Amino acid sequence: MLRKKKNARYYVRRTFFYAFILLLVTVCVIPLYWMVRSSFMINTEIYSMRPFVVWPKEMQWENYAKAWKSANFPRYTVNTMIVVVCCMVGTCLTSAMAAYAFSRLNWKGKKQCFALVLSTMMLPGSVTLIPQFLIWRNFHLVDTLWPLILPAFLGGGAFNIFLLRQFFLGIPRELDDAARIDGAGALQIFFRIMIPLSKSAMVVVALFTFLNCWNDFFGPIIYLNSKERFTIAIGLLQFRGDYETKWNLLMAASTLSVMPCILVYLFGQKCLVEGITLTGMKA
Amino acid sequence: MDHKKTMGKKKRDNLTGWAFALPAMAGFLALNLLPMILSAYYSMSEYNIIGKPHWIGFANYATLLFGENETFWVSVRATVLYAVMAVPANLLFSFMIAMLLNREMVGRAFFRSLFYLPCIVPAVASSFVWLLLMNPDYGLFNELLRLLHLPRSQFFWGAKSVLPSIVFIGIWNTGATQVIFLAGLQNIPRVYYEALEIDGGNAWHKFWSVTVPMVSSTLFFNLVMGIISALQVFSQAYILTEGGPNNRSLFYVYNLWRQAFKYMDMGKASAMAWLLFFVVMILTVVVFKTSDKWVYYEGGEE
Repeated sequence: MLRKKKNARYYVRRTFFYAFILLLVTVCVIPLYWMVRSSFMINTEIYSMRPFVVWPKEMQWENYAKAWKSANFPRYTVNTMIVVVCCMVGTCLTSAMAAYAFSRLNWKGKKQCFALVLSTMMLPGSVTLIPQFLIWRNFHLVDTLWPLILPAFLGGGAFNIFLLRQFFLGIPRELDDAARIDGAGALQIFFRIMIPLSKSAMVVVALFTFLNCWNDFFGPIIYLNSKERFTIAIGLLQFRGDYETKWNLLMAASTLSVMPCILVYLFGQKCLVEGITLTGMKA
Repeated sequence: MDHKKTMGKKKRDNLTGWAFALPAMAGFLALNLLPMILSAYYSMSEYNIIGKPHWIGFANYATLLFGENETFWVSVRATVLYAVMAVPANLLFSFMIAMLLNREMVGRAFFRSLFYLPCIVPAVASSFVWLLLMNPDYGLFNELLRLLHLPRSQFFWGAKSVLPSIVFIGIWNTGATQVIFLAGLQNIPRVYYEALEIDGGNAWHKFWSVTVPMVSSTLFFNLVMGIISALQVFSQAYILTEGGPNNRSLFYVYNLWRQAFKYMDMGKASAMAWLLFFVVMILTVVVFKTSDKWVYYEGGEE
């Protein structure tokens, strides 16, 4: 690359550049900062606006204890964990199986099936929403966690299948051939070669599934009615209804619900970005 | 004998393939195909969940499209207005961020993960903060507007400001689009820029003659996805505005949900879903058909 001379003009431009970035970063972070800030306040501090309070004078840690207790968060957390863990297992297993079939095995109808699976990506969720609801209702499974869990065991979504297939295609075929000569069947190749060699892609799928399940509220508002079965996402919504004006508690509860996502993000952000790139570029 | 053996192997291969694809294909049948057929049937029935569906032909569609149902066109209008604002705004903004992040700078990785952060925050939690930030009486935004000597806004509570406010939240949430743009930008070979530099091209030339054509396929992908997702905007209406004020944010899918799960009119809601499906299909086809006119694929079409 051609290097420009670093003159005064360069430094002025650089300064503007960083100032602009910092401005954008501020806008980006303000909501999160405001959430955490307000969660440690007493309500009068939140309402006082001229001038607004940058950080609480006294940290109100008990807001968290109050929020945790008053909304039955323990129950919501258990429900959410059940859904999230089951979805992660189901999605990783069945989407990898499908990806294996679509990338490695030769079978009649493979191309057509893959096209069908991909076509569901374009399908608006609202078309299938109502019949799906009625089907679950027919099986008397509305107001249980099953409608949120079982779909994960049925392929886990076209997006994940596509992502894993792209990854599997990059694994050298010689490995399968060698294993086959040694007498390994498709099942062994799948579990001993494909899965271990695509750990990073599996992590991406697992992380996306975690975030999607944790954040999903569309499924829960449709399928769950009774409070004992609520997940955190709609537990929060319910909480707002009950504590409309208690902003500090509401913000504390929100912060609690965001925390696991942030932790997961810190843990796996590199994989996540790779995952988005992989699907975005090949589609 | 040999022929028979290969036949047997083929059969076994087919069996293995189907076995591995079985969960996904069962999911396709049970969660997509069957529901679509049922949905088509419901859309032509009068069905209020309690009784049995009762065939009425295209009456649901007629009621929606020509009169009687007052909210249908209101929600179409709200959604189209939103999409017209949100799609270009999101594309421009995320492209700009990607351009910035693609330059050399200190702490680039850090800034990148920061800009993606909003995408991982649960919609419910972030919506609550927006409610607080945009509160007309004690929200930070009005206070900032006051400091800048700008007129105050009613945000979600004002008929004129509700859609721009929701668009603003959408822009805040464009991390995934930014990442895809950034990947597109990073795929541009450096030699192109260097060649232009030698020919005496300035930054403007570089942008229009190299960057834009080279990311046009990424832009295309983001455009299609952006339109599809803008037409299905739901959560903001559900959490923030409940369609108000004065039905200004009565988005299509929110209206559909209300029709189905509040008024229990499954027939009309299914008809609405199919109309949305057709529109999404037509738009996608149009964008795809016209794409070869303005999308540049390196190395020609595949």
